[in-house]
Amino acid sequence: MNFSKLKKQVILKGGKILDPLANTIKKGDILIQEGKIKAIGKVKSNKSVQTIDCKNLIVTHGFCDLHAHFREPGREDKETLESGSMAALAGGFTRVCVMPNTNPPIDSPEVIRYIVDRSDECPVYIHPIGAITKGQEGKELTEMGAMLAEGAVAFSDDGLPVTDSAMMRNALDYGTMFDIPIINHAEDLCLKQDGVMHEGIVSTNLGLLSSPDLTESNMVHRDLSLTNLTGGRLHVPHVSSAKSLDHIRFSKKNNDKITAEVTPHHLFFTDNDLQGFDTNLKVAPPIRTIADQKALVKAVKDCTLDCIATDHAPHTIEEKEGTFDLAPFGMIGLESCFGAVNKVLVKENDMDQLSLIQMLTTKPRAIMGFNNKLFDIGVNAELTIIDPKEEWVFSRKDIQSRSHNSPFIGQNMYGRIKYTINKGHISVI
Amino acid sequence: MASPKIKNIMNSEAIDRSITRLAHEILERNHGADKLMLIGILSRGEPLAKRLQSLIQKISGTKTPIGFLDITFHRDDFRDRLVVPQVKGTDINDPIDGKIIVLVDDVLFTGRTIRAAMDELNAFGRPQKIQLAVLVDRGHREIPIKADFVGNNIPTHEGEHIKVLVKEIDNKDGVQLTQSRN
Amino acid sequence: MKHRHLLGLKDYPAADIKTIIDTAFSFKEVLERPIKKVPSLNGKTIVNLFFENSTRTRISFELAQKRLSADTVNFSASTSSLKKGETFKDTAQNLEAMKIDAVVMRHPTPGAALHLTKHIDAIIINAGDGTHEHPTQAILDMTSLHEKFGYLEGLKIAIIGDISHSRVALSNIYGLKTMGAEVTLCGPATLIPPFIEDLGVSVNYNVDEVIEWADALNVLRIQRERMRGGLLPSIREYRNLFGITTERLSKHKKELVIMHPGPMNRGVEIDSAVADSDQAIILNQVLNGVASRMAILYLLLGGKFEEGKD
Repeated sequence: MNFSKLKKQVILKGGKILDPLANTIKKGDILIQEGKIKAIGKVKSNKSVQTIDCKNLIVTHGFCDLHAHFREPGREDKETLESGSMAALAGGFTRVCVMPNTNPPIDSPEVIRYIVDRSDECPVYIHPIGAITKGQEGKELTEMGAMLAEGAVAFSDDGLPVTDSAMMRNALDYGTMFDIPIINHAEDLCLKQDGVMHEGIVSTNLGLLSSPDLTESNMVHRDLSLTNLTGGRLHVPHVSSAKSLDHIRFSKKNNDKITAEVTPHHLFFTDNDLQGFDTNLKVAPPIRTIADQKALVKAVKDCTLDCIATDHAPHTIEEKEGTFDLAPFGMIGLESCFGAVNKVLVKENDMDQLSLIQMLTTKPRAIMGFNNKLFDIGVNAELTIIDPKEEWVFSRKDIQSRSHNSPFIGQNMYGRIKYTINKGHISVI
Repeated sequence: MASPKIKNIMNSEAIDRSITRLAHEILERNHGADKLMLIGILSRGEPLAKRLQSLIQKISGTKTPIGFLDITFHRDDFRDRLVVPQVKGTDINDPIDGKIIVLVDDVLFTGRTIRAAMDELNAFGRPQKIQLAVLVDRGHREIPIKADFVGNNIPTHEGEHIKVLVKEIDNKDGVQLTQSRN
Repeated sequence: MKHRHLLGLKDYPAADIKTIIDTAFSFKEVLERPIKKVPSLNGKTIVNLFFENSTRTRISFELAQKRLSADTVNFSASTSSLKKGETFKDTAQNLEAMKIDAVVMRHPTPGAALHLTKHIDAIIINAGDGTHEHPTQAILDMTSLHEKFGYLEGLKIAIIGDISHSRVALSNIYGLKTMGAEVTLCGPATLIPPFIEDLGVSVNYNVDEVIEWADALNVLRIQRERMRGGLLPSIREYRNLFGITTERLSKHKKELVIMHPGPMNRGVEIDSAVADSDQAIILNQVLNGVASRMAILYLLLGGKFEEGKD
């Protein structure tokens, strides 16, 4: 990947400008001057201006990921805010929300401040999600007000569930003062026990300890009920099961403060893919059956699921190369996201391109209250340029993250990020 | 490739005569059937040994003890070729210590089968003597093994193959010389 | 043999299982000789890599290896010294560097045997990977059944006990189904894995019905840890409902073969008198264990396989 400063004037020529806010796709040129949108329409090119040929390419808003783990502070060996930014740019993402399960966790205004300051130095906009409870221990609420003032955008104890229902109620209740989403990693740890994959025919064949889909859906149901009770805002992360979708769909009928996300890997893989005991497919929540996968696709198309979020979770080679039971949960996902979801949703399941792009741009931004008017004149250029039909095979070379724990290596992808423009810089993928 | 030429060297009567002569020779050399034990080397050594046993009984009145060896596990080419042993393999139920063992096989060629058989016999005990009776000796020894009792000496060239047929396995008796043209 | 390693019996070809059983009978004869040795694996080095305690399986393998004239090395790693994953890979690579021919491995994690094949070029034989498979046990069980009945197809086998945590059960299910036998599982509902019927087996919680139906019972050991996990109320309850006791068997007047992979909890899942009776072929299983492990080692390590001609 080539990362460099944008020239003073750059023209994106002849692309299909897909505006996910206006719901339009129009052929046209975009002139970027000093990193800001200067003109859209027909722009004459001349020798002094850098021209990027966007023929047959889609030019659209840079993607926004609501769920990633950049391991700074504490495990910079796995990922830093910088390396995570590079991974994001390679995947077409210009804005990333990072989860607080770092070491120390992001559970105080001071650490929020740290992330915000560091993010200024990074080529991608990084927004910290603060922890719900101090130390993520599930006992005391964090100083949400102070953290929001420093730049937190939402609260989550992700990595861990808020097991105590009273605590979850309090978090939702307290959060109503600020109108920000509470994000709970729904996993009943008692039911889960030592389960490392979905409980089904495949786990029986593999002899691996497993947990049923109820491990997630029971807690999702609890969270939805508490949301109704408190009037708070809930965002359900990494939905993996049909049962959870049923609960979410039902609740959404009468409550517009509920949103939900899905990961590329839950759309792309099924539990059958774990036959080879690949630790890169060991994730929480686990990858479930074909029936769950089909339900997730359906939920994307009927808007039960609002957006796609990667849950990018870097782990070192040493941690992932051991036996299945000992490997940590998680896979990286920023670089492979578009190629994977575009293949499953657009190529294989007839979703239209614009709707998919909205799930990566306007919808996640709306949940967090970020600006969606990215084609307004004068706005900082935050764009990604995509070849929507390119067929390619994801390989190690495509990874910019510090870690390489990806089961997408060797998989066929459909649609590829060609350029990402953000904060006055351009990445040529 | 043209089909190989097959020549019939011995017929059923010739085989019967040879085996009868072998039975007499065994008894003569060993001064009777005392301490004798026949051990047939699978596969075709088995029926031949049984025929010898019945002939020796007819002549001397003694039914000599009999056993059978599957030499698969003692082959010396085990590093190169994996051979799966037969289901009904080695079967030696009488003690061999102090006995005069007569190994019985159909064809003596390189001698490696006999070496393997003697190696395997070691696992069962220590005979007083080991003698070898074969229906056909076709020469081309690769190790120093000699037959004590030979039904028929049939000199052969490389590329030729001797096949012994027995009623009990092949539905007829015979000895064939096959020339494979290359 | 279709597969280079023996990692499990799932999808293992019936023809190869038959070859192993037949070859095991040949080796059983070797085990009756005064000198129980054949030179077949002379010069081959086999490492017994046991990350979990198991005296009987390890001894069985060791005997099999020595009877085949192979050189044996034992490596036992206790779980406390296991530095989690790190040591596994290092151990594997160290062995590789020492140029060994085969590894027989027992490990507490499912998938560990497959995992080892990625780090090492030697032939791998799975001696039990957690709650996943234990193919050599199933093979010796099938060898014993074949020896007793003369066939496997259509035999009615009941596996009784803690199926969820039993690699012996899973491998037996795969192997027996491949060879055409019928399998019924019997045990506490909390100890029978969900979706298990998908493998083509029946489940029946009534042990008396199961005994009436079966030709042979494979009785599994009950571990006391299951009570701590809330899966089983007490040993007494288990014995009442599922124990193969003299009393229970006397109610059924029939020919029944009793098997147990060992070690037995006498008085818990099986009564002493039953284990020592004529119906039980438990000691045969042990002898067949050595013979079938010899067959497996011979077939996987002995030279390049050629269709059996002489």
